[in-house]
Amino acid sequence: MKTFAELLDRLVLTPQRNGKIRLLADYFRSTPDPSRGYALAAIAGTLSLNTVKPALIRDLLLERMDEVLFHYSYDYVGDLAETVSLAWEPPEGVAPADISLGEAVERLQRAGRSEVRSLVRDMLDRLDTSGRFALLKLVTGGLRIGASARLAKQALAEMGGKEVGEIETLWHGLAPPYLPLFLWLTGQAEMPVLKTPAVFHSVMLATPIGEGDLEGLNPADFAAEWKWDGIRVQLANVGGLRRLYSRSGDEISAAFPEIIEAADFSGVIDGELLVGGTMRSNRATATFADLQQRLNRKTVSRKLLEDYPAFVRGYDILFSGERDIRPEPFRVRREALSALIEAASPQHFDLSPLVAFSTWEELDRLRSDPPDPVIEGVMLKRLDSPYVAGRAKGPWFKWKRAPFNIDAVLMYAQRGHGKRSSYYSDFTFGVWTESEGVTSLVPVGKAYFGFTDAELEILDQFVRNNTVERFGPVRAVRAEPDAGFVVEVAFEGLNRSTRHKSGVAMRFPRIARLRPDKLPRDADRLETLQAMIGMKA
Amino acid sequence: MPAPAIFLGMKPDNLLYPAPKGLYCELGNFYIDPVQPVERALITHGHSDHARAGHGHVLATRETLDIMRLRYGDGFCGASAIARFGETIAINGVRVTFRPAGHVLGSAQICVEADGTRIVVSGDYKRRADPTCPPFEPIGCDVFITEATFGLPVFHHPDDEREIARLLMSLKQFPERAHVVGAYALGKAQRVIALLRRQGYDEPIHIHGALAKLCDYYQSQGIDLGDIRPATLGPASRQDFAGMIVIGPPAAFAERWARRFPDPLASFASGWMLIRQRAKQRGVELPLVISDHCDWAELTETIREVAPAEVWVTHGREEALVRWCELQGIPARPLHLVGYEDEGE
Repeated sequence: MKTFAELLDRLVLTPQRNGKIRLLADYFRSTPDPSRGYALAAIAGTLSLNTVKPALIRDLLLERMDEVLFHYSYDYVGDLAETVSLAWEPPEGVAPADISLGEAVERLQRAGRSEVRSLVRDMLDRLDTSGRFALLKLVTGGLRIGASARLAKQALAEMGGKEVGEIETLWHGLAPPYLPLFLWLTGQAEMPVLKTPAVFHSVMLATPIGEGDLEGLNPADFAAEWKWDGIRVQLANVGGLRRLYSRSGDEISAAFPEIIEAADFSGVIDGELLVGGTMRSNRATATFADLQQRLNRKTVSRKLLEDYPAFVRGYDILFSGERDIRPEPFRVRREALSALIEAASPQHFDLSPLVAFSTWEELDRLRSDPPDPVIEGVMLKRLDSPYVAGRAKGPWFKWKRAPFNIDAVLMYAQRGHGKRSSYYSDFTFGVWTESEGVTSLVPVGKAYFGFTDAELEILDQFVRNNTVERFGPVRAVRAEPDAGFVVEVAFEGLNRSTRHKSGVAMRFPRIARLRPDKLPRDADRLETLQAMIGMKA
Repeated sequence: MPAPAIFLGMKPDNLLYPAPKGLYCELGNFYIDPVQPVERALITHGHSDHARAGHGHVLATRETLDIMRLRYGDGFCGASAIARFGETIAINGVRVTFRPAGHVLGSAQICVEADGTRIVVSGDYKRRADPTCPPFEPIGCDVFITEATFGLPVFHHPDDEREIARLLMSLKQFPERAHVVGAYALGKAQRVIALLRRQGYDEPIHIHGALAKLCDYYQSQGIDLGDIRPATLGPASRQDFAGMIVIGPPAAFAERWARRFPDPLASFASGWMLIRQRAKQRGVELPLVISDHCDWAELTETIREVAPAEVWVTHGREEALVRWCELQGIPARPLHLVGYEDEGE
């Protein structure tokens, strides 16, 4: 448990993605089976244990500790697992021992409901502080350590020198503690052969159209499609096994039972998961905000199913029946997809329509004024492109609508992390609003990227020279009609929000440009933003 | 509530009591660690919240006087006298003895006695071995005055060696990053360096300018810190700091000074680093739990060992330590002294 505990401690405090991947890869390399497999499962959320309620953990501590002292401690630390792990004192005569993660998990899995309490107490007595913290996080469920399944797979790829796509392909056919996976990654065995056929296949991704990219390309070589604002999914029915996956290979079947039920075809398709109505049922597609009501749920109520019916808008097809047709050109696959969708439930499936165009200028105009608010741009796909995993540049492009831009005033700044820890690089900005005759700034978002290093120097300098107040790590900066700093903020869209004072929440805000030429009084007003709510970028 | 202790000699409250300028001995007309200038001050150790400039007369260990002189200049007080460990000095009939406190170089407990009553002012102290100063000596007494910086049952400081090993491990894992370690300029910085040397780390260690005088002083007192270089000179380019240890005062790493280092990995040596949220709030990636104060177990064991009739708690988490004393049947109360930093680390 020592090494796993150390890993958790480091992951919690390491802000950079690459740093986390390296910590994970080192851990997987140096830790024996089955502990590393259980660690992987704990991080990826595939570990099933008899979980323990926080109240039980508290009771265990109070068996030995004065309640007043417990309250002082908990009040100071703020986190129950951490308080208990720190304050726990093993009784005299109990020899400390490092119980491996593997052993701890297996003992917990074997234990009956009534035995869990004494088992947890016994392990807490033997482990050291960090070990206790790791154990408590494990048994109370939910590590919340800033590492995802996706990150763990990246680390596995780095550890074994493999492509992350290969790991994603295998992932759903394997279970904790993942012994065959680690044998393969350490070069001691061939790639595991799955009992059930590989179900998830890495998806093909597009690269954004950059400056000048279109100049050398012939419009006649490409098909264009709308880029719908839902979530990219892969839906499979292989030998009767029906599965719905997110783009990164996380299975989300349980959250969308109606899709699973309707998937009575044979094959694997690629598409956009949306809510609302299909084109075939002549009902409007609902927005991403509506789709969010259905995301990240383990189960789904009947009301949600009725209010937010889900469907898949087909983009592509990987397997037709059992036949792998990924090597076929896009135009051939498109015919197969069209035939499959034609035969499938009209309420649950439709085909992403092609956009007719003859010149790039014409497509640009269409892109700027799409026919549906749930469109966020266009996709360009070479008619002769095979379906290849990953993000190769050339066969597929995405061409998004220009994002929204507003001018806002810097209000607060906070230091960054890692490389940026000596810079004020997290900025909160606001726009003007009037209430009861008084005009003041109201915060509308927070951004910590978009600027260049040279621009960051300027922003940092401004913050240091114009601090008017400090609240812990946050500095409030001068922001008056005639003195302050204006930035141009770009974002993808606005949602209504009850959690923000301004009533709006930005999607993906970033600082597009510094506007030292403008005075704060020239910045935008809240009404301008309110008018943008629901509009699609 | 435990029964109040009965004193045969002078009532302790008459010997020492908290006054606005600090802990005051009326009979001897002196203060201990006063927070404002006074005529006569006895100083336990050189940390700036305990040792302030501007007193008329200062009695302290030779090292503490040297440290005050280094920090404030020659005119840091009107006159000074050296207190040797174990030697009893009479001040207006009050007997005063300095004993090692194990906190930092020169740190002392001050034992104050008059008319059959003995009070020990422990100052800041710790019980762990420290390669840079002599260990704490327990002294039996009627009243033990203790700090409670880490006076909560959650504070269990891990072994120093293990913490230093984590720093060395991280250097191997991230050889392209400069490991910048925040450490208080007096005591902690030198202890971290000495501990690194003990584990065989013999690369040059770079230090912030604010540490130079004190590190030189420690070296002059026979505490070997090995090859220490200013973090300003030395390496020709910023890349040369990759995989190196740089030590500076905690605040320096959030300032522009830190930009000279390649992709700095922020570390901080402090007892507070035990609490993950504290580390995270400060943007610390590698917290090192190394403290110059006692943890909970050491505080409570020291009270048991000293076995005083009464405990007075000066600063830190007074309420929890007072509660513990009550549960043990030891009369205890907080002194509510002001002016000592909660985060003296």
